[in-house]
Amino acid sequence: MTHLATAEASKTAPPEHEMKMEDVVPVINDIIERYRGTKGALIPVLQSTQNLLGHLPKEMLIHISEQLDIPYSEVAGVVTFYSFFTTTPRGKHTIRVCLGTACYVRGGKEVLEAISKELHIEVGQTTEDRQFSLEIGRCFGACGLAPVVMIDDMVFQRVKPSRIKQLLEPYYDTTQEGEDDGERE
Amino acid sequence: MAFRNYILVCGGTACESSKANAIYEALLAECKAQGVADEVQVLKTGCFGFCEQGPIVKILPEDSFYVQIKPEDAKELIAEHVVKGREVKRLLYTKDCGRKHARVEDIEFYQKQFRIVLRNCGFIDPENIEEYIAREGYVALEKVLFEMSSDDVIAELRTAGLRGRGGAGFPTWMKWNFTRQAESDQKFIVVNADEGDPGAYMDRSTLEGDPHSVLEAMIIAGKTVGSNQGYIYIRAEYPLAIKRLEIAMAQAREMGLLGKNILGSGFDFDIEIRLGAGAFVCGEETALLASIEGKRGMPVPRPPFPAVKGLWGKPTVINNVETWANIAMIIVKGGDWFSRIGTADSSGTKVFALTGKIRNSGLVEVPMGTTLREIIYDIGGGIADGKEFKAVQTGGPSGGVITKEYLDTPIDFGSLTKLGSMMGSGGMIIMDEDDCIVDVAKFYLNFSVDESCGKCSPCRIGGRSLANLLEKISKGNGELADLDQMIEIGEAMKKASLCALGQTAPNPILSSLHYFRDEYLAHIVDKKCPAGKCKSLISYNILPDKCIGCTACARKCPVAAISGERREVHVIDQAACIKCGVCFETCKFGAIEVR
Repeated sequence: MTHLATAEASKTAPPEHEMKMEDVVPVINDIIERYRGTKGALIPVLQSTQNLLGHLPKEMLIHISEQLDIPYSEVAGVVTFYSFFTTTPRGKHTIRVCLGTACYVRGGKEVLEAISKELHIEVGQTTEDRQFSLEIGRCFGACGLAPVVMIDDMVFQRVKPSRIKQLLEPYYDTTQEGEDDGERE
Repeated sequence: MAFRNYILVCGGTACESSKANAIYEALLAECKAQGVADEVQVLKTGCFGFCEQGPIVKILPEDSFYVQIKPEDAKELIAEHVVKGREVKRLLYTKDCGRKHARVEDIEFYQKQFRIVLRNCGFIDPENIEEYIAREGYVALEKVLFEMSSDDVIAELRTAGLRGRGGAGFPTWMKWNFTRQAESDQKFIVVNADEGDPGAYMDRSTLEGDPHSVLEAMIIAGKTVGSNQGYIYIRAEYPLAIKRLEIAMAQAREMGLLGKNILGSGFDFDIEIRLGAGAFVCGEETALLASIEGKRGMPVPRPPFPAVKGLWGKPTVINNVETWANIAMIIVKGGDWFSRIGTADSSGTKVFALTGKIRNSGLVEVPMGTTLREIIYDIGGGIADGKEFKAVQTGGPSGGVITKEYLDTPIDFGSLTKLGSMMGSGGMIIMDEDDCIVDVAKFYLNFSVDESCGKCSPCRIGGRSLANLLEKISKGNGELADLDQMIEIGEAMKKASLCALGQTAPNPILSSLHYFRDEYLAHIVDKKCPAGKCKSLISYNILPDKCIGCTACARKCPVAAISGERREVHVIDQAACIKCGVCFETCKFGAIEVR
């Protein structure tokens, strides 16, 4: 049996409009129902939930804990253990800089620093306008093209620190031009 | 129906990211437009391995190897190669000598390779089960279901001498035999596809290029040890591999190769995919099993081994992807055949992800016993950009560096361990003179520290202490006594850590200290980083005789640390410089020097 989380996790891009809690509860309940009786259901349920919501708010974790009859402490323990899970909202675009060894020796760290400087955020953070979240990746399997940066599900190859502005340009939300222009320059 | 030409488009991750999909679509469209759609079959296959030259298109039967293809090239390829029967010379792979290679076997990258695990990668459409079956697929399963007893299967694996490809090299037949002999109402088969070594992607390519080879082996194991349920634990970061596995499972189920009463034998077996959630330690088998159970992925002491007491306390066979991909061939061709490949102690082949400062990055499969020199120079084409070879790291964050003097070492499980490194899962990172050994050791160690689950203190505290010492050295504050302290901590971690993560985490430091002590001393005593990587120990300077005052660097500098008038020599304000290296990269006149 293939479970739901599989199909959803294939989409690396965050949803266009993240769903609201009240809309999502029935959907989550459906997912939980599918897993009722399946052993080890917690992680797939959390993965599906995060794919819908973009992150895992505390109220949702409590809801899942009650529904699956697993202590909240255990749910929170799992969520904080795995780097895939996040309890804070993410940006519209996720930038993942590969820091696998091949990318590292071919300058991945410098690329990461340049992006971090450009967006004024550290790894794991999201820009204030919630446009970008910055993460590191461990090997996307494109080592021949190192260093590699992934923005949502697009892979950019042989990225140079001096070309970061051009790389990010198409991703800025043009509808907010007036507001964030000042910060960028 | 036979086709005049078969066009194979590489659909591995690296090529997909370079528009392989668009190339595939363009080729299909051109075939239609030029009226040859009925005579040509266009296929998207798994990874060809030669990622450096991607995206790759191969046209059969001529075996023409076209590299770095763009969607715009489709028209010419169809018009010239297919319609007129003339190879498109400008797109063929050219080696340095300038000779055009028409055929795959002429290409040095492939000449010393021997493919068992990757036998179908780049040959078949992984999304079509019939292509797998056409290449002896599911023949082994049929043999196991109808002709062989469990004893026979285990005896065959024993003769083959197959050892686990995940790193430790434990004999596969023993694992299977323990599980088979264990008494239990339920047993499990698990595939470890939580490939975590940053810089290794052989498991991913195998699953993307030939998913059935792993499914078939799982069913064989199920029949042999008496299990009806398998799990594939795979990284969520591998969406293409997950998709192809799902397609493969659906097709196998439809053909009666998976599910109830497989091929009418009365044997039931099913498989479920579980996605990893981003924890390197879950590559450790007990941690992986905990994760499938829905818990934090923390290792537990062994014994008991999973073979006896694994998933939900039941006997469990757990092997990594590459190990699984060998099984069917061993059953089809026999353990004897397999045992004659490779060396006496390590039979078969090994897949390596050859990356870093190498000319031909890519995925290579060679018989065990091949030397590092053959892999790096004959297959890999030597070091990129004419630089000097410095070291090769095998085994990822668990391994160590190997230097020039040892390049003629034949690769097997024992020889690499003797050199202070290990086989690991197959990452092979080439470093050149520009790589700082302290910096690389720091990179690996920080990786292990980040990924430590924190359960046992030798790993949690030891790793952090080592990281602090390395940081101190790379900042120029190191003392000689730090070196002895690092060795002491490292040795303690090796002895006292609970799982392989902590036991092997000090390896990159211990081995680099052994082979490159001078470079550590340069950081500590001379306060210099010879490779120019450790930022606290270097400075960027403009050479007055080379600077023409083009202002390019000043415009790019993110902190406005560079000043100077147009057409005049520029100067870097060392106090403001953040050493990002953008000026160095921007300057077209070689006027910026790293000291």
